[in-house]
Amino acid sequence: MRYSYYSGCSLHATAREFDLSTRAVCRRLGIELAEIPDWNCCGATAAHSTSHLLGVALAARNLALAGEQGLDVLVPCAACYQRLAVARKEMDQNSELWKRVVRITGRDYTDRVGIKSLLEVLAGLDSEQLAAQVVRPLEGLKVACYYGCLLVRPPAVTGFDDPEHPRTMDRLVRLAGAESVDWDYKTECCGAAQGVSNEPVALKLARDILEVASRAGADCLVCACPLCQSNLDARQGHVNRAYGTSLKLPVMYFTQLLGLAFGFDERELGLDTLFVDPRPVIRALG
Amino acid sequence: MRLNLTVATRDGTEFVRRVEAESGQKVADCYQCGKCTAGCPVTFAMDLMPHQVVRLLQLGLGDEILESKTIWLCSTCATCTTRCPRNIDLARLMDTLRSTARSAGRTKAGKGIAQFNEVFLDSVRRYGRAHELGIGLRYNLKTGKLFKDSDLARGWFLRGRLKVAVPKIRGVAEIDRIFNEIKRMEGGK
Repeated sequence: MRYSYYSGCSLHATAREFDLSTRAVCRRLGIELAEIPDWNCCGATAAHSTSHLLGVALAARNLALAGEQGLDVLVPCAACYQRLAVARKEMDQNSELWKRVVRITGRDYTDRVGIKSLLEVLAGLDSEQLAAQVVRPLEGLKVACYYGCLLVRPPAVTGFDDPEHPRTMDRLVRLAGAESVDWDYKTECCGAAQGVSNEPVALKLARDILEVASRAGADCLVCACPLCQSNLDARQGHVNRAYGTSLKLPVMYFTQLLGLAFGFDERELGLDTLFVDPRPVIRALG
Repeated sequence: MRLNLTVATRDGTEFVRRVEAESGQKVADCYQCGKCTAGCPVTFAMDLMPHQVVRLLQLGLGDEILESKTIWLCSTCATCTTRCPRNIDLARLMDTLRSTARSAGRTKAGKGIAQFNEVFLDSVRRYGRAHELGIGLRYNLKTGKLFKDSDLARGWFLRGRLKVAVPKIRGVAEIDRIFNEIKRMEGGK
């Protein structure tokens, strides 16, 4: 299995452990990742909030480059994934828009490629193939699977899992030998970029998510988006300061958890570089 | 809320026509059930509820919307879009309202967020990528909150997660062209 790999900007910096663990897990599962040559930023919320056309055009350059590779695109970051998926869908449905974008980017976008989130690709593998790689079942670990917004919403774009009650990540966590807890905030928003631009709002949302996960008995939370991870992990100290709470819930990427079960060591997966250290919880499993 | 409906009939029609054309949404479809507001995670901070934004659009009252914090607080989580029984893509509508407010220079109600978007896009235009450290520093300079998140920056740095080098792509001229072409097509800023 071979994919065009769109890592996105964060995976080269603050979310480097998402990149590390994605590459490790994919390598083990025989999924080959060919990074899109000279890819550019998807534009994120800043672009589509400023000009719809800009949001589509920035994403479209990447689609054109992936088209030259002739492979479907695999995207770990939930936000990048959605920008590319929206651009593809809108250009498919609107030939006027498609023509404008080709004119704007100066790149012909004719080799249409599929866009898949990493979660969708891994969840699409059969259970036996995944289970065969599990050498260290994470028995006894209670995990809250946090999907956030953009992997499953809006369903007209993502066409994947259930937008209100997704289960694919839970299945992967169970295959890794851990227990996925039942909780209500799987798809609540973390506040996204407002962590930077309007922090009080993001801290309230993060507090709610972290508290609901803790109350559900979770030892840790797993996610699939750099911005979610940063709002919930790096800003957890800010949450505690703002609300007088003493939350200490490790927030990992779901690929880090899978990687552990596949037998990679903590450093290979970047588990030593999170803010709330997940290693005590993991080591307590024995 | 006091509403001046005379303004609504005079200038409102043109405003709504433009918003509908740009967003591809028909505001008359909304029957005000309030499901968008019920599911929105950010209503606690909003001055207008999401369904009220649509109601004001139906009445052609653009000013109230463009001056509201709500359009900037929307984080595009698309819970509203997913649940709307009339299939209105409210998240997309909010995008259109934000870009309309921005082109009209009316970003006061969401200043910090509009400034963040500007700094972010400036990085994309210069390098083709979002350079997180540069964005953070320039945002702090622009907003005068020099030490905002300096504890996080330090934490990321110590963990080897802060990239100091600027990640410039080869096709940066192409990115500049995209920005220029769009500016030319859409006019304004």
